Order: sequence, then C-alpha cells, then structure tokens
Amino acid sequence: MGSNMAENHPVGFQWVMEAKLKGAPVIHVDPRFTRTSANASFHVPIRAGSDIAFLGGIVHHILETDSWFKDYVLPYTNAANIVGEKFRDTEDLDGLFSGWDPAKEGYDTASWQFAGMAKANSAPEGQGSAAKAEPSGGLGGGLADAEPERDETLQHPRCVFQLLKRHFSRYTPEMVEELTGVPRERFVQVAELLCANSGRERTSAIVYSVGWTQHTVGVQLIRTAAIIQLLLGNIGRPGGGIMALRGHASIQGSTDIPTLYDLLPGYIPMPHAEDQDLQTYLDGHVKSGGGWARLDSYLISLLKAYWGEAATPENDMNYGRLPRIDKDHSTYRTAIAMLEGNVKGYFLPGENPAVGSANGKLQRAAMAQLDWLVVRDLFLIESATFWQDGPEVAGGQTRPEDCKTEVFFLPAAAHTEKSGSFTNTQRLVQWHHQAIEPPGDCRSELWFYYHLGRVIREKLAAAKDPRDRGILELTWDYGASGPKAEPSAEAVLREINGWDQRGRPLSGFAELKADGSTACGCWIYSGIYADGVNQAARKKPGSEQSWVAPEWAWAWPANRRQLYNRASADPAGNPWSERKRYVWWDAERAEWQGDDVPDFNRTKEPQYQPGEGASGDAALSGDAPFIMQGDGRGWLYAPSAVLDAPLPPHYEPHESPVRNRLYEQEANPMREIYNHPLNPYNEDPEKYPFVMTTYRLTEHHTAGAMSRNVPVLSELQPEFFCEISPELAELRGLEQGGYAAIITARGRIHARVMVTDRIAPLQVAGKTLHQVGLPYHWGQRGLTRGDSANDAFPIVLDPNVHIQEVKAATCDIRAAERPKWP
Amino acid sequence: MRNPLARWPAARQLTGRDRTGRGEAARSQRTIELQPRTHQADRVVQSICPFCAVGCGQRVYVQNEVVTQIEGDPDSPISRGRLCPKGAASRNLVQSPLREYRVRYRRPYGTEWEDLSLERAVDMIADRVITARAEGWQDHDADGRSLNRTLGVASLGGATLDNEENYLIKKLFTALGIVQVENQARI
Repeated sequence: MGSNMAENHPVGFQWVMEAKLKGAPVIHVDPRFTRTSANASFHVPIRAGSDIAFLGGIVHHILETDSWFKDYVLPYTNAANIVGEKFRDTEDLDGLFSGWDPAKEGYDTASWQFAGMAKANSAPEGQGSAAKAEPSGGLGGGLADAEPERDETLQHPRCVFQLLKRHFSRYTPEMVEELTGVPRERFVQVAELLCANSGRERTSAIVYSVGWTQHTVGVQLIRTAAIIQLLLGNIGRPGGGIMALRGHASIQGSTDIPTLYDLLPGYIPMPHAEDQDLQTYLDGHVKSGGGWARLDSYLISLLKAYWGEAATPENDMNYGRLPRIDKDHSTYRTAIAMLEGNVKGYFLPGENPAVGSANGKLQRAAMAQLDWLVVRDLFLIESATFWQDGPEVAGGQTRPEDCKTEVFFLPAAAHTEKSGSFTNTQRLVQWHHQAIEPPGDCRSELWFYYHLGRVIREKLAAAKDPRDRGILELTWDYGASGPKAEPSAEAVLREINGWDQRGRPLSGFAELKADGSTACGCWIYSGIYADGVNQAARKKPGSEQSWVAPEWAWAWPANRRQLYNRASADPAGNPWSERKRYVWWDAERAEWQGDDVPDFNRTKEPQYQPGEGASGDAALSGDAPFIMQGDGRGWLYAPSAVLDAPLPPHYEPHESPVRNRLYEQEANPMREIYNHPLNPYNEDPEKYPFVMTTYRLTEHHTAGAMSRNVPVLSELQPEFFCEISPELAELRGLEQGGYAAIITARGRIHARVMVTDRIAPLQVAGKTLHQVGLPYHWGQRGLTRGDSANDAFPIVLDPNVHIQEVKAATCDIRAAERPKWP
Repeated sequence: MRNPLARWPAARQLTGRDRTGRGEAARSQRTIELQPRTHQADRVVQSICPFCAVGCGQRVYVQNEVVTQIEGDPDSPISRGRLCPKGAASRNLVQSPLREYRVRYRRPYGTEWEDLSLERAVDMIADRVITARAEGWQDHDADGRSLNRTLGVASLGGATLDNEENYLIKKLFTALGIVQVENQARI
C-alpha cells in the first residue's frame, strides 16, 4: 500500500515475484493500477487519503474474527496494560482524545498514560504536556519507572485490547466501503488473506512508500500498520515486518547520521532550550529500561568525537557548545522564515526545492529573499536558476534584475568520482569505491564541507567571542591529501565508528562509556570499522554465503539484518515453527543462535526476570523482544512518542471533497497549517471536486535533476502528463493527448492528458469520486521540460514529522491550450 | 584459418556443418574477434547505484581514466546483477552532455552567470557564512536560557550524499550553531 514497488523499486521487486512464485498472495492497494498491480494476485483501487480507514477496518476484522496471534500478543505487546480512568477515546469525543486544548491546538497527554504509573511519562518537560510540542527526536517510547497495571485476561474495560476493540468498532466493511471506495467483499477478501497468511507457520509483510508518509496523518497511518502486524505476530520474524521503501540512495543514512534539525547522529534528540546542562538533558531523556538507558554513553562519546581533548568532565563535555532548538526548524518552517527575510544564506547540496518541495512558487519566492544561495549539484537545476528562467520570470511577474540573491553554483562529484557509503532502505551500509578523479571544478561534498570548515576556522582563528569556541575547538583533521586535497572518507568512517583512549577502533556500541574515555560519531554505526577494517566495503559474493548474506556490507546495529528478531522465537526461546525459524535460544550453549545476529542480549536466557531497581537491558525480561522500548514491548497503544493520537483515527486530508463519516472532527486537529498569501488552500469542495495525488515514474528520479538531464531517460519518458479516467475525460471534455489545466487555489499547471482506465472512478459516500494522477518530476530545465506538479500542492504538514501532504489534495481540471513550455 | 578460401562464407556453408548459413558459416573474423568494452577496461570498481534506496551493486569499468561502462554487480545479494532503467543509465548520468563542470557565479541583481575560481568561491562563501551567522545569532531566549545558535543560515541537502559527507555537514554546522539543517528525508 502507498507504494508502486514494481515501477519505483524494480530490482527490489524481484524478491516479491520470487515469493509469489512460491505461492504467496500479493495484494496491491493503490489509487492507480500500475505494473505492481499487474504483477499482484489482485489490485484494490482506493481513494487517496483514506488508508487509515482501510487499515482500521483490518484491525476491526482481526479482533472481530478472533484472528489475532494470542501467544505472541500477550507477552510481546502492551495489549494487557490498563489505561488510566481519565482517558477518553475518539468514540467518546467525536474525533478528539482527552486532553485536547483548542487554544494551544495540542494535547495534554497526562490522561493517555497507563494506570499505576508514578508519573505521566519520562518525556522531557514541555514535550508530553505542551501543546504543539516537538517530538523527542528518535527516542523509542519511554515509560515511567513503575510497572503499569495489567490484566492478562484482557477483560478489563480499560485495558489496551478492549480500548482497541472499541476504538475501531465502527470500522466495519460497510464503513470501509463508504470511506475508501473499496467494495466490502473485496475488502474482506484482503483481510481474510492477511489473517490466513499470519501465525506460527506463516508471516505477512506490509510494504509502503511515500504514498503513506506524505499525509497530514502519515505517522498515524504507519502506526495502524504496526498495530495490524503486532496483532498478527508479524514483527521481528522472517517474511514479516513493515518495509518502508525509501526513494534515495542514502536517505536512510541521512536519517541515521542526520542532516535533520531535531536529531544528532544515532537518533539522539537535539537539545531543547530546557536542557541547559548535560545533567538536565540526561535526566529528561535517559530511559530507565531498554537500549536508551545508555543514552549518556552515546551522547558523551559523540561530544568526544566532535571536540576531542577539549571536551572534559570539568566543562560538561562541551555540551554547552551545542545549539538548542525550541520550536519547529524544519524545511517548510524555514522556507516561511526566508520569506519573512529572517534567513540570509542557504545551502542546497543535491536538493531541488523549486521542483521537489510542496508549493514550488512559495519555495522560489523564499529563495528570492535570501542574501546568498549555494547550490551544489551535477547540473544547473531549477533551484540554481529560478532568478533567470523560473516560471515567475517566464510569466513576467519578476525579472532577473529584481532578484537580490547572490548565487554560487559549485559542481559536484558523481558517485563514481568519490568513495563513501550509502545506507539502503534496509539499513545496509554499502561502500562505493571511487573509479576516477572528479573532472574540472567538480568536488565531493566531503571536499567542500571539509575545506569550508577549514577556511572558516582560519578566518575565526583570532576571534575572542565565546560563540566561536565551538568551531575552533572542533576536531577537524581528515587527512586531506592528493592533488585536490581530498579528505579521506575512511578517516571519517573511523570517527563514526569510534575509538577508545588508545585510539583502537571500537568493536561496537556495547563498548561505549559515559566517562569520556570513548569517542564515537554515531553510536548505532559503531562496529562498522571494527578491527580497523571497513566492514561496509565487504563484498563477499552473495552466492558464497547463507541466505541472510551477513558478509555483504554491514547493517546497523551490530550487523543485525532484521530488527527485534528475538520475536521470531516464542517466549521460551523456541522458533514459532520450523518453517519460520530465524533466531532461537540454545540451552546447551546458553546463548541465542540463529541465521542472523540476534537483536538481543546474546546470553540473556528466556526465563530471565529483572530484579528490583534493575535498569537498561537488565530491566527487560528474557521474553521482551522490543529492546529499544522502555518496557520491551510492542506498542499497540502509544501513550507517548507520538503527539496527535495514542490510537490512530481516520481523519480526512486537509483538502478533501468528502466529509468525515466517522467523526465530527474532519481532519487531524494537530496538522500544521501555514496561512500565507502564497499558500492558499482549496476551501470549497464544489469548486475543487476531484482528488489529486503525485507519483513517480520508473524512468525519472524525484525532482528530475538525475533523469531530466539524462538523454536516454528523457527519451523514454519525454513529457509531463496527468492521468485521468475515461469517465472524468468525458465529464470535463478532455481528449487523449490533448492538454489540461489542473486548477487549485495555488494557480494552474498544465499537463498533457493521458486517459486510462488505470485510475478508475470510485463510489465514495454515495457519490462518484474522480482522481487525478500527477508525476512530479518536471521543471523548467533539462532535456524534457514541463510544469511542476508540486506547484499545485499547498504546504500542510503532519505534526509529528513535519512532512507535507502531497498524496491527497483537491483540484479541478479543465481542457486547455497547448502551454508554451520553454 | 590457413586456407584463404575458408574465409569465404559461402565456402564454409558448403563445406562445413552450417548448411543453412545462419550460424558459424556467417561469422566473420571481425565478429569472432569482437570483445565487449568491459573486457578492455583497465580496472573494474565496485560501486552502488545512486538512484533509489534498494542499493543495487554496480561495476564501474574504467579505461584511460574514463568510465566506459556501468553494469549490475552479480555478487550483490540484494540485486544479483540487475539494474533498472535508471541504474542502467548511470553512465549516461555521470557523462551527461548537460553536466556542469565549472563554478558559476551570479551576483545580486545580475542577469548572467559569471566565472569564478573554486578557491575564491569557497573563500567568499566562508565570509558569507561568518556574516550571516552573526546576523542571525541568538545567545538567549526571552527567559534567559542559552540558545547558542544562529537562524541566519539554513541547509537542505539531498539524500544521495554519502554518510561521511552528512557527518561532516552536521558536525560543522552544529559547531557553528546552525540548526536549520535538513534533508530530503523530511520531504
């Protein structure tokens, strides 16, 4: 669901086809019939933006038909936990939960907590309780020290299991049909197949992509899938899981070793303004149980990697040098700040927001307010030339001589021209070797940022201001050598891995210390340079190893290929079945064994019970597989870590032609709305009666720089188009191969018309609903040019992660003249 | 082939086993000696596809310091030698006729690009970072709590950067107090 794997991850799809050949049913739920649908057992067309209703219906079916995996759910999830008596569900409050503060547009989550807990939760002050709070980095959910009250019979009316039943009680096949447009028989068939293929002997996997994330309910959508997979016992087991198919070579890596405002490497939260000193930060973030109990050793080792000798216990390990965040500083908020003139300079290394971000017009207007802009790319992309040939220049609204922004374009080195590692969508860190020297002025990002830092440090060397101490004390030596003074990527990888006081590379994060005796640039990657060997560069052929292929590259953490794989064994440590054997307890050797590295304390026996006052890993029992959670359990119900709902409700997209049939509350009450003249929303569904959604094509890549500039790919997919049904074509008088204007409050974009029965109209809430598909790869430059689909979409975001809703919005569509594309 | 007559396809068709003339009889010496350019490469380097996140293995063939071919790496247990249309177009990507090899500079209110040396560009950018950082600097919030940051500079990176590159970006910008550091993963 939310993915077109055959077309967008074609080589990964070979494994789905292998499974199908072995008899696995493959179901594709998507607004469009694509090659994925063609290769699936069957395709289920769905209204874009109604996925939670569909998945919630599956939860309802699982509970109603008693198809849940009891032996897995009881010990491994929080189904038996009892929620406090002040909690009120969306069923009680018509789409809101208890704790809603309309003035602050956020929740006080105190009433969401479990009964018997000493305090609300261990989230830092200002995060569980403050409205419009920022999520706490990547920390798994924490719990207060006390054990919550539980009812192992699952009969207590306030236990999670019963709350779940009640929360989804109206998500019946009939309701699913009304909301999603999926006929009830078809829906039940999907639910039954999923249940029939889960349990001891079988597992089912759910695959998604940005079709799920790019919504104002993106996080809750994935939460619903997690609930299904926990109820069916499909997490931590071979052939199970929830697979996010990510779209860029190292987008997983850029989340792990983040260039994200709210994270430090390894999902360590950026300090907030509340966290004035190291101890305050640790008190607020360290969890008593599970892997995050050792956050102190992860953070202090990072500070040592950043500042080396300058970080000492006497100066709080230089913690005070870290900048603090106190609100949303994400990319869309920053674009608004640019418009307001508050951002002077902007770096775009390999990114093209003029085409790739929602509301391209606003993005371009924002960049025109900068003092300076640095673009580093292989090509002169739209974000580098918006002042010269952007749509606003072509349309006569602005002129180059009116744009104040100073622009530096620095050509980048290609992947063949530098060495380094990419982290793929399954956490596999793979090294790519340099083949040739970069030509001309082309340089790697490693070269650019290293030398930029070097020059800044030289210029500030005599500075006396305390604010410059952080940059001057930074360790910044990566063995730049050769004719181009290229820094060594391996030297950086070695720092990411970490070392001890004698400079010996660490073998893994278990060696990290909180006393300043170890340095480590990213704790989850520790071990990637174990024994002084670049483990990511291991290229032992897959044909010469086991099916798990542990000696090809390196996966974080600790080369574990499947997370939480302790759950592949039953509470006693035995495989759930011979067919689904993966990791198990070997009583004779008194350790966990398996095809994979166990994602568990190797010598902790299944019967282990924590003693009074135990912390960290020792606080989790031997049958608690989810070791990064404070309680070691899978969370069906999330009292913290998510801001907008402890259980996922169906909300309509911000722009929807359909009323919410389930609740008075139409859309996610916490969605982030930006009211700005350049960001108008479609208010009237009569005026904008159709649903539009964006997608990718096999032959193009995201915002197009890496494909519209490539001759063979441009030839294969030469023109921007909109995909519509014959019924919509007739309704609006659109002709195959003609041109259409897609009309929104943001303006008009033009596209070639492709009429196809692959995007069939649906019956939703008693009416015919039409959908318009828009590939979003085009812009004003390159070998093939066209309007940008993202120019038609507004900025409205998920509150947890600040991701834009471009998978479901409204529009009108009308026949148009052939546009004058350059 | 010692006998010159044997080079004549018709003779080979009549005397050899390939009586229909659609097999070995029709093969010329040139065809026999043809080799794929991958065989002539000076070296082969193992790489990873730069497009989506499946992470297919690539083999990059180099001859005379030029990439002559990029193919799927059969050793990869992920991709088993396969590449999709984009991955198969990787050589076309790195050698695109539209690729820019020079620094380009556009001054404020300028109407054209200008030339600039790489060294000068880095120096000018460093000066601008220092100035913008100072302009947007915030020592404390309204409650007197230390913020130690600047909102004068922002960054939005792609997600085809190496981990090592992202590490340096985050480290450098964090030490400079720049917090508006983002990438495609947010989008």
